[in-house]
Amino acid sequence: MNPVVVVGIYLVIIAVIGSVAYTRGKSNTEDFFLASRSIGGLVFFLSIFATNMTAFAILGSSGQAYRQGIGIYGLMASSSGLVIPLTIFFIGTRLWALGKKFGHQTQVAFFRDRWECDSIGTVIFVLSVAMLVPYMIISIMGGGRVLCDISGGKVDYWLGCLVVVLVVTMNVFFGGMRGTVWVNIFQTILFLLFGTVAVVVISHALPGGFGEYIHKIAGNPKTSFLLTRERMSPQFFWSYTLIPLSSIMFPHMAMMCFAAKKVTVFKRTVILYPLAIMAIWLPCVLLGVIGTQAAPGLKNPDGVLLHLLTGHAPIWLAGILGAGIISAVMGSDTHQVLAVSTMFTKDVFAHYGGEKRFGERGTVSFARIFIVFVTLVAYVVALNTPESIFELAVRFAFSGFAAMAPVMIAALFWKRSTKHGALASTLWVAACLAGIWYLQHISDTMLPKPGQAPTVIFPAIGHLFERTIANVTCFGFLPVVPMVLGSAVLMIIVSRFTPQPSLATIKKYFP
Amino acid sequence: MKKVLLCLLIAGVYVLHQDFWNWRTAQPLVFGFLPIGLAYHAAYSILASATMAILVSTAWPKHLETTEGAETK
Repeated sequence: MNPVVVVGIYLVIIAVIGSVAYTRGKSNTEDFFLASRSIGGLVFFLSIFATNMTAFAILGSSGQAYRQGIGIYGLMASSSGLVIPLTIFFIGTRLWALGKKFGHQTQVAFFRDRWECDSIGTVIFVLSVAMLVPYMIISIMGGGRVLCDISGGKVDYWLGCLVVVLVVTMNVFFGGMRGTVWVNIFQTILFLLFGTVAVVVISHALPGGFGEYIHKIAGNPKTSFLLTRERMSPQFFWSYTLIPLSSIMFPHMAMMCFAAKKVTVFKRTVILYPLAIMAIWLPCVLLGVIGTQAAPGLKNPDGVLLHLLTGHAPIWLAGILGAGIISAVMGSDTHQVLAVSTMFTKDVFAHYGGEKRFGERGTVSFARIFIVFVTLVAYVVALNTPESIFELAVRFAFSGFAAMAPVMIAALFWKRSTKHGALASTLWVAACLAGIWYLQHISDTMLPKPGQAPTVIFPAIGHLFERTIANVTCFGFLPVVPMVLGSAVLMIIVSRFTPQPSLATIKKYFP
Repeated sequence: MKKVLLCLLIAGVYVLHQDFWNWRTAQPLVFGFLPIGLAYHAAYSILASATMAILVSTAWPKHLETTEGAETK
């Protein structure tokens, strides 16, 4: 059976689940956007995990391991395994409680109420949407590329993107949060099994097993670095531990927290989260490194897993594993589309009078129309814009959302925090993003060669800004470090010197 | 005292992520094929899960369990 047929069956199942969810829905915004805050038990864990996992967790991780070696696991996976559950534990549970108590459906609604200010919510809304939309577009691009690769080029890229867009749109349009979550159960189980099955199948197929391949890599001076972190600077490695702060600040993750049935569902989630990350990343990173020997010289290292699977797994299994990869793409993409639609509907349309004028049913209709509009625009953009632009934007988005974490922490835990402090932090983040974009752009012509020291961008100011092959750094640290620190410092200093919200609001949030 | 110990636990686990002692070596190979840097961070993921289990059992925000439904929209 052709892998495309298996993936096609999978896509039909996804569409059907989303449509069935439609029959269970009610015509109000809380039900459409948050499934009436009813997501409980293991479903919550499976769904919040799917929200956060993209195709990068499978294809990107193995591709990066192919290029940079095993260090990529510590860099991205194990740090996320600690920091993301911590943020869910400390921030997610509080967000859930405030959403339940005061009816907030988005972060922006919470910020507006917490600091008695519409404008601060609007500024954060603009920044959040600007950082989220590229992520949504690149997910569509990733899905299209995967479908194209799995089919061996028989499905064109444009058609692959179109299939992804259609399935995601149907799923969100009809099912809202409920449809998205139901589909996530199926998707998460599929891609959690992916890594283990792939390792077992490929290890059986490789002569001599993994040990022999690892010894070959270790014995070759050109590849031995793949088994260590000798080409990764400790500053770079440490900087990355701040990136997972972004997770809870992504609007779709916060919305999942709002959608929980009760706070106790977070317990199992935070304990299982690091293990689930390991279940996906460890096999993918290991296979990526093994791939340097089993499939040397790949032009596109992100395709190493697909290459190994199509070479060593039975066709039907390659199809199911391909569906696992598509699951990772669509799981997060549906949540991103839903989040963008929720934000525009609740934070703009409803907030500025639409809900009063058109009622709950009319607001849900607006959300559905917006979903079609936004996915259509994203599709057109995905076909007509180079992927590299969005890759860069998404990398910046992770730093940007991470640097917004101090704003959320202050809102939740610090009575004295003010809207001016939040505004200062938000403007700092926006200015930093613009600055890094500029530095990245002007330093594209001064890239160091692999193995060389970073290039100093402005010799007059020493090592303040340097350029590595992929990133601009600040004294050797990733930009996320000064961004997070600056955001926290500005929040504290500006709040100290500006008036806090009314006593009634402070009592409301700190009874 | 409990809060201090839990903060120290989180800080300690966070610091353990920066395993400079494994930086430039692949040996020993755990189970014969896992470079030590990768095996260490796999074990670190298990440690992170155990840390979260400790937090859930000792520092769970129990007061949130009684949160009532929406007062205002």
